Amino acid sequence: MPKYYQNYMDELESEAIFVLREVSAEFQNPTILFSGGKDSIVLTHLAKKAFYPAKIPFSLLHIDTGHNFPETMAFRDQMVQKLSVNLLVGSVQEAIKKGRVEEETGKNASRNLLQIATLLDAIEANQLDCAIGGGRRDEEKSRAKERFFSHRDDFGQWTPKNQRPELWNLFNANMNQGEHFRVFPISNWTEMDVWTYILRENIEIPSLYFAHERQVVLRNNCLIPVSEYLTSAENEKILTKKVRFRTLGDITISGAIESDADTLVKIVIEVAGMRETERGNRADDKRSETAMEDRKKEGYF
Amino acid sequence: MEIDKNQLLRFTTAGSVDDGKSTLIGRLLYDSKSIFEDQLSNLEKISKRKGFDNIDLAMLTDGLRDEREQGITIDVAYRYFTTPKRKFIIADTPGHLQYTRNMVTGASTANVAIVLIDARNGVAEQTKRHSFIASLLQISHIIVCVNKMDLVDYKEAIFDAIVQDYEELSSKMMIKDVRYIPISALNGDNVVNRSEKMDWYQNAPLLHTLETLHISSDFNKVDARFPVQTVIRPQSIGFPDFRGYAGRIAGGIFRKGDAVTILPSGLTSTIATINKYDELLEEAFVDMSVVISLEDDIDVGRGDMIVKTNNCPVVTQDITAMICWLHNNPAKPNAKYIIKHTTNEQKAIIKQVLYKVDIDTLKRNETDTELSMNAICKIQLRTTQPLYIDSYFKNRTTGSFILIDSFTNETVAAGMIVLP
Repeated sequence: MPKYYQNYMDELESEAIFVLREVSAEFQNPTILFSGGKDSIVLTHLAKKAFYPAKIPFSLLHIDTGHNFPETMAFRDQMVQKLSVNLLVGSVQEAIKKGRVEEETGKNASRNLLQIATLLDAIEANQLDCAIGGGRRDEEKSRAKERFFSHRDDFGQWTPKNQRPELWNLFNANMNQGEHFRVFPISNWTEMDVWTYILRENIEIPSLYFAHERQVVLRNNCLIPVSEYLTSAENEKILTKKVRFRTLGDITISGAIESDADTLVKIVIEVAGMRETERGNRADDKRSETAMEDRKKEGYF
Repeated sequence: MEIDKNQLLRFTTAGSVDDGKSTLIGRLLYDSKSIFEDQLSNLEKISKRKGFDNIDLAMLTDGLRDEREQGITIDVAYRYFTTPKRKFIIADTPGHLQYTRNMVTGASTANVAIVLIDARNGVAEQTKRHSFIASLLQISHIIVCVNKMDLVDYKEAIFDAIVQDYEELSSKMMIKDVRYIPISALNGDNVVNRSEKMDWYQNAPLLHTLETLHISSDFNKVDARFPVQTVIRPQSIGFPDFRGYAGRIAGGIFRKGDAVTILPSGLTSTIATINKYDELLEEAFVDMSVVISLEDDIDVGRGDMIVKTNNCPVVTQDITAMICWLHNNPAKPNAKYIIKHTTNEQKAIIKQVLYKVDIDTLKRNETDTELSMNAICKIQLRTTQPLYIDSYFKNRTTGSFILIDSFTNETVAAGMIVLP
């Protein structure tokens, strides 16, 4: 007898594809927030499947902190070409030059918060009415309260206490001029689901996710990669270790983990046995107990 | 774990403020080893700072600043865990009176509802309210967890009395499948591991029950419904003439060659292809996102519905429904709203409120018919164009809708269609 139910991976895929198709139908000018990280790559892959054989009906928006892994940039450009989609870039460097935002200073300085203004400026400048993000509810506690269709007011702000109720699969995309939506199609996926899906679909990802030798410094229990943007303190020792990244963001705050996993299968096995959350290595989340919620209210990814 | 077999189970938890709902979820995550070490050490730190002896597992689900400060859950929180048998999504919903809308939200997608009862207090007003909402939203399975058994010396008689009270309550509602489990979320009795203190309880602990509940027959496999989301027209060199309809199957099974009718036009055709990405399928069933193409070149667009010709939904502008009002501002008399039903959006006017349900007594009130926050009422609507509907009892997707205020854009009501 045939089984008339989907396994959980197909169910999650169907749900994400449904959401992406709702976005294309409900918004005039939607974009995918593309960081070059695995979640945004999976999102783009899902968009490819959702609209096949037509092209992806979204642009990709990269908020470029200027502190990039060269591998991510190469990967991004190659992907954009392959899918023939339009790439939009919001540059933090430009925003600093124009005096829109001010650079943090000191050893733990990061451009993380500067991304908020840059993102909101890019949304306004490109007249985007929807930014599709790879955010997942399992990532962080304030994300657990996020909707699939998340309304942002005309200042780009999120009010977690007063969100629209979201029932069944009926998404309310109505809004006023100047407001926008953030939509999270893979809300219900976990880190493990993302890796299982990457393996199942054989999705290409940047080499940084696989174990490789790299120079790092140990800071706040994170292995931060040595790069031209890293201001190292005098007593910090540069170590060479076999590492890989669990999340990719700005090079100055993406912590690596020691690992020998150099194939997708090994990564999936490693993730299955992980005892720390993936954002545990993100210096940006370590600032305070509610660091993510506070950033999200202002308009963060 | 084998991904090609394992199902997804969505459940919701409901309980009064202090029934230990967040603790139960924390316990499920903790004992199924779904909590990471950094989350745990963080919890230890906070619990110590607050002066607790044990880790406060409730802290795991209270994510927002206000929730942590006030020690209450304000909004639906979604949690995830996986066992070798299933993947679970938990909608943890607040038990406060003013947040009924969140409970309805969490219940709308759930296969199972866990109703928590404090063993010391028995069936309470909130229990009634939660159970009524679970039955209203047609959750197929209810698991009643009688919690805090440790505080009543694990006495069987207390459990039995609560079971009896609940049986009486649920007999007045449309609840298909109820199970009862005596637990202590705080100590972990009968949550993941079998309790050593209640050998009088012979059935499975909670997690095992969740892992083995049969849910595949809960979905409607009879009435084939395909609401069209968008039209796929690549107009590319490889696909110059391709015209496909993208959507997620809302009921039943579609097969290549099926005779279909397009609503609202009533035009008929035959299914030429069913695509899932570049894969051609012979058949597709409920919940699958696919692209369907037809043999005939007819006009089909977003908001239309493809159905099997021999099994059509009701096409009507007059709709009777149970609704839950979700907004602080009550409905204005004869107010017009946007109605969103599947992928179709129309204008609708509330013609009449037939009665309000008093959820404490479960009686109908025909004199107080104000549609105010948390009110559950039976109403009559008229829409500007026909909708293609099924009863919510038969199909949760084609039987549900939301109302949107066209001035504030807020979602103000959730509706469940009733057919005579």
